[in-house]
Amino acid sequence: MLYIYTRYERFWHWLQAALILCLLATGFEVHGTFTLLGYKRAVSVHAWLGVTWLIAFAFFIFWIATTGEWKQYVPTTKKMFEVMRFYAYGIFLGAPHPCPKTAEVKHNPLQRLTYLVLATFLLPFMMVTGLLYYSYNDWASLGLGGLSLSAVALAHLIGAFAILVFLVVHVYMTTTGHTPLAHVQAMITGWER
Amino acid sequence: MRLPEQPWTWIVVAAVLILAASWSGPAPLAATGEEEDKAPGRQLARSAVKAPGARWTTADHSKFEALKKDFTKPEEVTAACLSCHDLAAGQIHHTIHWTWICPDCGDGKSMGKYGKTLNNFCIAVPSNEPRCTSCHIGYGWKNKDFDFASNDRIDCLVCHDTTHTYKKFPTKAGYPATEPTLFPEDGVTYLPPDYKLIVGKVGRPDRLNCGVCHFYGGGGDGVKHGDLDSSMGAPKKSLDVHMDVDGLNFTCQRCHTTKEHQIAGRLYTSPAAPERISLTEADLASKIACESCHGQKPHKKDAKANDHTDKVACQACHIPRFARVLPTKMSWDWSTAGRMNAEGKPFKKKGPYGKPVYDTKKGDFVWEKNVVPTYRWFNGAMSNLLITDTVDPTRRVSVNAPAGSPDDPKSRIMPFKRHIGEQPFDPKNATMVVPHLFGPKDPTAFWTGYDWKTSITSGMAYVDQPFSGEVGFVETEYFFPTTHMVAPKEQVVACGECHSQGGRLEGLPGVYVPGRDIHAAVTTVGWAAVVAAILAVCGHGAVRFVSRKRRKG
Repeated sequence: MLYIYTRYERFWHWLQAALILCLLATGFEVHGTFTLLGYKRAVSVHAWLGVTWLIAFAFFIFWIATTGEWKQYVPTTKKMFEVMRFYAYGIFLGAPHPCPKTAEVKHNPLQRLTYLVLATFLLPFMMVTGLLYYSYNDWASLGLGGLSLSAVALAHLIGAFAILVFLVVHVYMTTTGHTPLAHVQAMITGWER
Repeated sequence: MRLPEQPWTWIVVAAVLILAASWSGPAPLAATGEEEDKAPGRQLARSAVKAPGARWTTADHSKFEALKKDFTKPEEVTAACLSCHDLAAGQIHHTIHWTWICPDCGDGKSMGKYGKTLNNFCIAVPSNEPRCTSCHIGYGWKNKDFDFASNDRIDCLVCHDTTHTYKKFPTKAGYPATEPTLFPEDGVTYLPPDYKLIVGKVGRPDRLNCGVCHFYGGGGDGVKHGDLDSSMGAPKKSLDVHMDVDGLNFTCQRCHTTKEHQIAGRLYTSPAAPERISLTEADLASKIACESCHGQKPHKKDAKANDHTDKVACQACHIPRFARVLPTKMSWDWSTAGRMNAEGKPFKKKGPYGKPVYDTKKGDFVWEKNVVPTYRWFNGAMSNLLITDTVDPTRRVSVNAPAGSPDDPKSRIMPFKRHIGEQPFDPKNATMVVPHLFGPKDPTAFWTGYDWKTSITSGMAYVDQPFSGEVGFVETEYFFPTTHMVAPKEQVVACGECHSQGGRLEGLPGVYVPGRDIHAAVTTVGWAAVVAAILAVCGHGAVRFVSRKRRKG
């Protein structure tokens, strides 16, 4: 048994998961996909969650910067090909994972790349487009008078679909441990076999 | 726990926490809570109307010698009024209430009931004066020869009678009855006015004075405006929060401010209130609009609704439906007029609400109650079709239309009553026509001879316009801005009624409405990607499952 995820990491992961799920649900309600909370409440809850998540994300950045955990996100091509071959082929033959997790190296090269893109591109993209969408009435005074609400809403929507696609694959990938619930369990207790 | 409306508060809270944590001195006091309303102007106005026996006037008309006589003609009353109010006639002569022409619109001759504009109710005043001008503030406007310079033809009483016993006869060109006379169409017997009683009690107009014409426009209660009918004479709060007789009890003039008999209100081609300013910013606003008192951010601090005031008129949310007490006429089909009953006589048929749905004189009607408005971009002005304009009969003709566009920063999304019609036109000349409708002893009048060609020939000759002799019918529409019947705030239009597909703003161009505009193509591609991802992981999982079974087997 290895202790992989610290208490803060696990808290952050599940807080982020909950916020993103709720953001997706309320966001798609605002978009007009379904009716759950009612439009007014969906807008209000979505905006609240968005700002909450912004603050939480700032704490996370602070945490990885001060603890040195940022190293987990440095991209590498070393063993990248092996990992891809494992998921495309080896996993069906019962081959061992080419990059077993350790407390020092928590992410395989594919994960590093995915999470890095997520944290440096997709999530900031959602923050920027979301904040723009939210501050629509102040665009003129912010010197952004030329922006189109339709374009900002479209960008935010495309980002939401990208996150949803990530979520589907991410949830599935949790089942690829030595038992289907091993990864989830590790993210709850911190310990992985 | 009640959360503040907007999450900016989070940022403020976080900032305050960080400040508090990093600073050992006393925490700064945030200025919260709102100041009591201490505007001196408002306080003075409140105390003026609260004073015992408070009135604006300083005269008791029953004591004036000039009024203590037995008037036989209404013109004598006017002469008596003008003997003291020596500037009134000159003022009246310059008002649209007298000329029925807007002096500041277009060429100064065309816009107005007696200009070249039309409507899709009784269509036009010219050639029908004795009937239409019973709502004129004058006496005896029977035809084109009416003397607009005359002083004693001004009807002071229709606006200043506070007894509400003064009535003009519907077909007497603005004159009251001289002996008890039955008007068969409404079954009411009109009595000659008791002038002595009335002149002793003249005063400022109240809602019923304005309402005697503006509630009954188009020949009946609620026919024209969906937001002005007799229910507005003494409305409850649920009908109009400002005019609520048990509450604020606003008169019409509270908003339609009046100076030298010029009453602020809707104009034809120029916006009624060109500047969206508050009375607290400038005392010179020509007309009180919603913002004059409520400002441009009228809602609770940080409420999302405040962000809407740049694009959405107050009326759009605060008048969720019109004609909430009495029904209003929503369509008028002239093409079916002229049918006779089995005995070969004109007839009327009543429908729901006890209102006529067919009348030989006028055709078919549709009445509706509790109507959801139609929304259009509006800068406060209306554009009007003129009798000299050509029309495209393959499309619905807009007899008038709201002016404004989504790109115009002064335009807002405004609710309208959209009245639709089917009305006669000249297919050869492609113009609308003026039918000669009223004239009990005149066989060329439609309501006497029931012949369109004769009636239109007569009407068009009267207004000096060409007529080919051919009669067709064309679909029309006519817009009334909905601005009265402001509902209590609990009844405002809910967010989702516009922020939804198929909602109130369906089809309104020029603005991205979240919840309504879904970027359909991108949304489809997005869901396809999600479904593809689900299929891919399911496939991967299935192969894993099968291969593991095989390995174990």
